[in-house]
Amino acid sequence: MPLIELKHVVGGYGGAPILNGVDMAIEASDIGVIVGPNGAGKSTTLKAIFGLLRVTGGTIEFGGENIANSLPDKLVPKGLSFVPQEKNVFTSMTVEENLEMGAFTRTDDFRPTMDWVYSMFPVLAEKRRQPAGELSGGQRQMVAMGRALMSKPKLLMLDEPSAGLSPRYVIEIFETIVRVNKEGVGILMVEQNARQALAFASKGFVLAQGQNRFTGTGPELIADPEVAKSFLGG
Amino acid sequence: MDELIFFINRVLISGTVLGSIYALGAVGVTLIFGILRFAHFAHGDMMTMGAFVAFVLAAAMTAMGIVTPLPAGFVVLPLAMIITAVLALGLDKGFYAPLRQRGAKPVTLLIASIGVTLMIQGLTRLIFGSGTRTFFDTESKDIFRIDMSWAGGSRPISITEPQVIMFIVTALIVVALHLFLTRSRLGKAMRAMADNAALAQVSGINTALVVRVTWVIAGALACVAGTMLALDVALMPDLAFNIVLPIFAAAIVGGLGHAYGAIVGGFLIAFAETMAVFNWTAVLRPINGLLPEGMALPANLALVPTEYKLTVAFVILVITLLVRPTGIFKGAST
Ligand SMILES: Nc1ncnc2c1ncn2[C@@H]1O[C@H](COP(=O)(O)OP(=O)(O)OP(=O)(O)O)[C@@H](O)[C@H]1O
Ligand SMILES: [Mg+2]
Repeated sequence: MPLIELKHVVGGYGGAPILNGVDMAIEASDIGVIVGPNGAGKSTTLKAIFGLLRVTGGTIEFGGENIANSLPDKLVPKGLSFVPQEKNVFTSMTVEENLEMGAFTRTDDFRPTMDWVYSMFPVLAEKRRQPAGELSGGQRQMVAMGRALMSKPKLLMLDEPSAGLSPRYVIEIFETIVRVNKEGVGILMVEQNARQALAFASKGFVLAQGQNRFTGTGPELIADPEVAKSFLGG
Repeated sequence: MDELIFFINRVLISGTVLGSIYALGAVGVTLIFGILRFAHFAHGDMMTMGAFVAFVLAAAMTAMGIVTPLPAGFVVLPLAMIITAVLALGLDKGFYAPLRQRGAKPVTLLIASIGVTLMIQGLTRLIFGSGTRTFFDTESKDIFRIDMSWAGGSRPISITEPQVIMFIVTALIVVALHLFLTRSRLGKAMRAMADNAALAQVSGINTALVVRVTWVIAGALACVAGTMLALDVALMPDLAFNIVLPIFAAAIVGGLGHAYGAIVGGFLIAFAETMAVFNWTAVLRPINGLLPEGMALPANLALVPTEYKLTVAFVILVITLLVRPTGIFKGAST
């Protein structure tokens, strides 16, 4: 049984549906990467999973249970975490407080998880007392990921984690994602740096107009001449 | 020396009393704005409501023959705070929450709160009449006089018992609020939601709970501020409605959404008002002797006549909005 399975998901923001039947399945060991043109519904797919918009058709099964239209405060304790693309840190709060907020739904001791996050992002340990708003773009992205990891998710969803980062930080963030995945956290992410991200994706999805166009492993999609021509810029 | 004593009595003590009241009111306004993103116009009336709750409880206590060393208004305060907090929750559930659920814009909520203002004022007049009442019908206001003759003063520094208790209560509340916002999980969640509500939701923070806690705190503090105002002056149905402007000015000057800013803003506005209406001749009289023959300071040297006190808050508000619209501390309004 996959960790999460979307079956023909239909949904939108109240008007005409944006998602017109999206199918996806991710195992705990997977790194799933969603690519596609602007406005394809990539972000919308992640938001639909996370209960941030209405799903009007299809099912979203997480651990065998249909979670469509559940709200985040129910989903986070079940093991789902989401890093939005923008405004993904509490700028007025310290790095450590940001991490604590990620653990809000937990009732057990979260110190070990915090130590784990700091070991993953040593620079954050140095800046733990600094407001997150004062950090560089790359460091903020680490805070955002760290916050999402504090709930000990089974599935971590990221919306364009490399957006706006310098090439050095892009590589660093991707390496961290692979490392988090190796520790047993399933990954589902949207990426504009499509080639680079698909290269390490065990599942790749090309989305267009709210529907799956191509599905395969990342390297398979890169090798597919049609995908390369239409969606990866030749 | 007498000039200094006069200044302490008229500016320092009065300013601190008024500042405490403004600060506690402004904290509620700023928290509600930070969490719910609307200007809660009915906040003054929530203060009045809290004062009447305290008044009823104090009257009941006196009627039962319970005599306490402290003024009854303070003894019943904890219970009055709880009751006002529950009433505040009720106001939210009855009027604001249904609008929020329908996705109402902030301006709609603002207008709803004007409706709540009219409703609360109408209800208090209906129940209590429109006259003025005092907490001190049956007990007297103790006045402490600190003799200053050792320093050459002919008059004492005088401060009333309610004023002393007010300072203590305000200080305790500020410390408690600080600890709550910086140490407790819920307090941090409140700051998180004021900072970025969408991310707070994504983090799994129970935003409905945060909203409830906000009303509880705002209601409880409004009760304290209203009761203080009533203890210091008198109790009437439009008691706190008249200070809505300085309270909003305090919240905006401090940076909307910023609790510490509201406290600083409250004292700032209060001292500005107090000093603006203060007759400086009383303090400057000694320099009369230095002036050339035939010249003297005018009998009244106040910057603003007392009846125009309200303009002080207004002017500070306008200047803030022009010079530093985000307030002293960077507020959430940006
Ligand atoms: N909050 C919203 N309300 C209404 N429509 C929206 C909202 N957010 C996005 N849309 C619409 O949904 C469609 C899909 O948007 P989405 O953000 O999912 O695209 P995307 O694939 O993530 O694109 P991008 O690469 O630009 O991030 C677009 O047509 C967009 O205009
Ligand atoms: Mg997007």
